[in-house]
Amino acid sequence: MADKEEILAGLAEIVEEVAGVAQDDVSSEKSFVDDLDIDSLSMVEIAVQAEDKFGVKIPDDELANLKTVGDAVDYVAANAA
Amino acid sequence: MSNIDVVITGVGATTPLGGDVASTWDGLLAGRSGVHRIEADWTDRFDLPVKIAAALAEEPTERLPRVQARRLDRCEQIAMIAARQAWADAGFAEPTDEHTDVEPERLGVAIGTGIGGPVTLLSQDDLLEEHGIRKVSPLTVPMLMPNGPAAHVGIDLRARAGVHSPASACASGAEGIATAFQMIQNGRADVVVAGGAEACIAPITVAGFAQARTVSTRNDDPEHASRPFDADRDGFVLGEGAGVVILERADRAKARGAKIYGRLVGYGITSDAYHITGNHPDGIGQVAAMANAITMAGLTSADIGHVNAHATSTVVGDLGEANAIRKAIGDHVVVTAPKGALGHLVGGAGAVEGIATLLALYHGVVPATLNLENLDPRVELDVVAGEPRKVELTAAISNSFGFGGHNTALLFTTA
Repeated sequence: MADKEEILAGLAEIVEEVAGVAQDDVSSEKSFVDDLDIDSLSMVEIAVQAEDKFGVKIPDDELANLKTVGDAVDYVAANAA
Repeated sequence: MSNIDVVITGVGATTPLGGDVASTWDGLLAGRSGVHRIEADWTDRFDLPVKIAAALAEEPTERLPRVQARRLDRCEQIAMIAARQAWADAGFAEPTDEHTDVEPERLGVAIGTGIGGPVTLLSQDDLLEEHGIRKVSPLTVPMLMPNGPAAHVGIDLRARAGVHSPASACASGAEGIATAFQMIQNGRADVVVAGGAEACIAPITVAGFAQARTVSTRNDDPEHASRPFDADRDGFVLGEGAGVVILERADRAKARGAKIYGRLVGYGITSDAYHITGNHPDGIGQVAAMANAITMAGLTSADIGHVNAHATSTVVGDLGEANAIRKAIGDHVVVTAPKGALGHLVGGAGAVEGIATLLALYHGVVPATLNLENLDPRVELDVVAGEPRKVELTAAISNSFGFGGHNTALLFTTA
């Protein structure tokens, strides 16, 4: 399985594709909503693309807990098949 | 009706003739056609009898940031492009958190569409069928809803005085402008961003119009297919496009020294109560729409020098409108039908043609009706053909009629 650095890089690609945030700005401490200005609709798109990319399931109740990019990286690292 | 004067201070459009108003107007004056063969393979795949359309001259994704474009249906994209052009043309800066040139509580939007986002609906349904719910975009509903174009423009320009999206088929764009006029006259807004948009060239819409036998099948000669009032017309050509105007209280516009294209002084909206696609044979609704606009403006039919006809190039429709124009106004008016060049922009038509009417008044020139080679002898009107005609005008009407029996006439005058 990919290490956290690779997951972060992969996630940053998805965030750029969906929301137009430059990959360099997608760092672990950033909040999706407050720092990256990503709305709930884009979060659903990001989650679906992350599921496909990392082979992981992100149920809605888990998605709600992923406040920062770091939260998402940790979740993927812990749950990827 | 109150006596608040309403003027037009900005115009924007993206059409089959060009990506803005200037190129569209140049195309109308030069007699260019926006009609071409449909490049996609589906006309052959489904063996459609219609293989021509008037697609946008400029891809909307070229004018919008990538991420914004992917969140919008094509219909919403072009409404946004036309609205931003009109906004800038009116001399307003892009709104920011710190500054808006129009107080949001006094700014409204009225942008109509015939259908909204059918292409989104169909493509998302394909994804659902093929891959299940996971692949369905969370943006599906906001992209397909017919109020989407108006709503997005309202968010973009920070309009809080209300956002309307009239749906009256091919009259939607004109009804958007009429609705905006009402909003200002009723005191609800000082500035309204108004017009219409449509982007529905797809297999199912072309097939549906073809089955209704309303579209031209002159597939081997696309540029001559749309020929309003011509004896050899055989139906309209489906097009796509958007037009948006900035309507503003005249006193506000004058106080800030804005450029004024003209005034909107009246409108008529009627309904035929007759047939879902056919016009009333006596044209009662169309005649009443024009007559009501003239009455509202406090003018007489003798004052009207020009009519921008709805004329779509159908056999029955064009003749009905010609008779209605003669009944409502008389045979002294100089008539043109821009659909010869533009094709039929459906919900965008009334707005783009409203802009053309305004520019005819502003510049004192009426574009020719493209492809009008032999005037149908039953059309007893002065329809401009061949070359544009210079005419001193003070008042003009733009007609827009739609499936459902919707009739809208907008009455503009010079400033």
